[in-house]
Amino acid sequence: MIRDITLGQYYEADSVIHRLDPRVKLAFTVIYIVSLYVGEGVLAFALAASFLAVIIILSKVPVSFMLRGLKSIFILMIISVIFNLFLTQGEEIFHWWIFRITKEGIRIAVRMVIRLILLIMGTSIMTLTTTPSRLTDGLEKAFGFLKIFHVPVHAVAMMMSIALRFIPILIEEVNKIMKAQQARGADFENGGLIKKAKAMIPLLIPLFVSAFRRADDLANAMEARCYHGGDDRTKLHPLKYRKRDAIAYLVLFAYLAAIILLRIFTSELIKIVP
Amino acid sequence: MQIEVKDVCYTYTPEAEQPKFAVDHVSFSVEEGEFIALIGHTGSGKSTLIQFLDGLLKPTSGEVLFHGENVAAKGYDLKTLRQKVGLVFQYPEYQLFETTVLKDVCYGPKNMGLPKEEQEARAKEALSLVRFPEASYEKSPFDLSGGRKRRAAIAGILAMKPEVLILDEPTAGLDPEGREDILNVCRNLNDQGITVILVSHSMEDVAEYAKRILVMNQGKLIYDAPPEKVFSDWRKLEEIGLSAPEVTYVMEGLRKAGFDVRTDVFTVEKAKEEILRVFGK
Repeated sequence: MIRDITLGQYYEADSVIHRLDPRVKLAFTVIYIVSLYVGEGVLAFALAASFLAVIIILSKVPVSFMLRGLKSIFILMIISVIFNLFLTQGEEIFHWWIFRITKEGIRIAVRMVIRLILLIMGTSIMTLTTTPSRLTDGLEKAFGFLKIFHVPVHAVAMMMSIALRFIPILIEEVNKIMKAQQARGADFENGGLIKKAKAMIPLLIPLFVSAFRRADDLANAMEARCYHGGDDRTKLHPLKYRKRDAIAYLVLFAYLAAIILLRIFTSELIKIVP
Repeated sequence: MQIEVKDVCYTYTPEAEQPKFAVDHVSFSVEEGEFIALIGHTGSGKSTLIQFLDGLLKPTSGEVLFHGENVAAKGYDLKTLRQKVGLVFQYPEYQLFETTVLKDVCYGPKNMGLPKEEQEARAKEALSLVRFPEASYEKSPFDLSGGRKRRAAIAGILAMKPEVLILDEPTAGLDPEGREDILNVCRNLNDQGITVILVSHSMEDVAEYAKRILVMNQGKLIYDAPPEKVFSDWRKLEEIGLSAPEVTYVMEGLRKAGFDVRTDVFTVEKAKEEILRVFGK
């Protein structure tokens, strides 16, 4: 059961998007989020949606996989739709008891839903097509400039990648300890809240002990191999921009420019047709 | 019959088109009071197999019967099963969690719902069975040496008074003395009528103590025979990444050198007798 938990939902495939430099995808994520809030009107959303559709097709990630991510925010979406629908002031088109729906309400609710869907799908592209280790590499490089301000960028990136690496190990450990305690008659399923919480103690203490032991072992193993932090450390697979990355940046900025232009245009239109 | 395993299969990937079986059509039975060794290469399915016997895993197909009852059946009392079939996992010391050794050993009996005095009586009995020094009963289990931790953890299972004791690689990572200690405990328990199933890949452990050997290879049970029989097939054992005990090779060598010794000998004690028999003439 615990085996089913997946974090950093990477989808293995061989596509252009997968091969892109992680920094490009990082930039895409930021620009895409910005574009969704800069963009106004049907045209801008249509452009954002088709841009995303092209990327999804290029990435070879099945659409069903993308939609799975939406499930988790479904309730959030429903709540925000209800609030926007009923609580927005404006031109009334429907009225029953204390419920009133306004034209503005519908407009805001629809916009909200579209934005949320595109936002979730757009941001999941990065984690779906980048392995956690490439991602941390990308983050380390992209935020490398912070070193000037004495931010330990390398250390943070290293911690991130170790933490990610430890997740499956700890899950396996939980499974093992759980079985061992079950063999001693532990019951993790029945009983009230307090009983259940108490039943966790024989699971959590060995888990912490083993996590610390592993951390110690890892630290020793790293030191034994002369690890001394980020300075002068070279990489096995250094990040290097290639031609496709340059093209991707161009496309990305063209997209952002289009969105901004659309925004300027539509606001002109709104001035004409209030 | 105490335990019966009937045509059991298990796969970790049931949804795959051609699932890989970790346990592949295995059948055997265990009589009360037996001392059985289960050997096999890493990944041969031993550890998966023993989890069926304790109801921790349900076989994909096939049945496991304990005293004639299917342990995977709905409503089967798994708690009682786990008390009667004591399973000691590999590196059991990693499951210690209490503040004192005595309290930790009490955990099993406590889960059985026994009164406090009974819990402690059982814990003390179990600790003395594994020859755990009484002076350390109140110590934190995290302050003990590796060998003592192991013994305390095994006592945690023994305190539930199981009828069957299954140990997964109980000697892994122990020094020779610790190893000897643990195996002697197993033998003593077996002498008291407890069925012992020892999972191991140390042929020396197995040769000296077990009266029957089950050999697993790639999920299949390929031998179910007494040690003499299994070890006489040492060529086959080597093919699957195992070996016979050292002594067997010594006897083979002697025979090749022209001495008329028996080669179905696999303990040092027996080998000594055999060599003396031949040379003492």
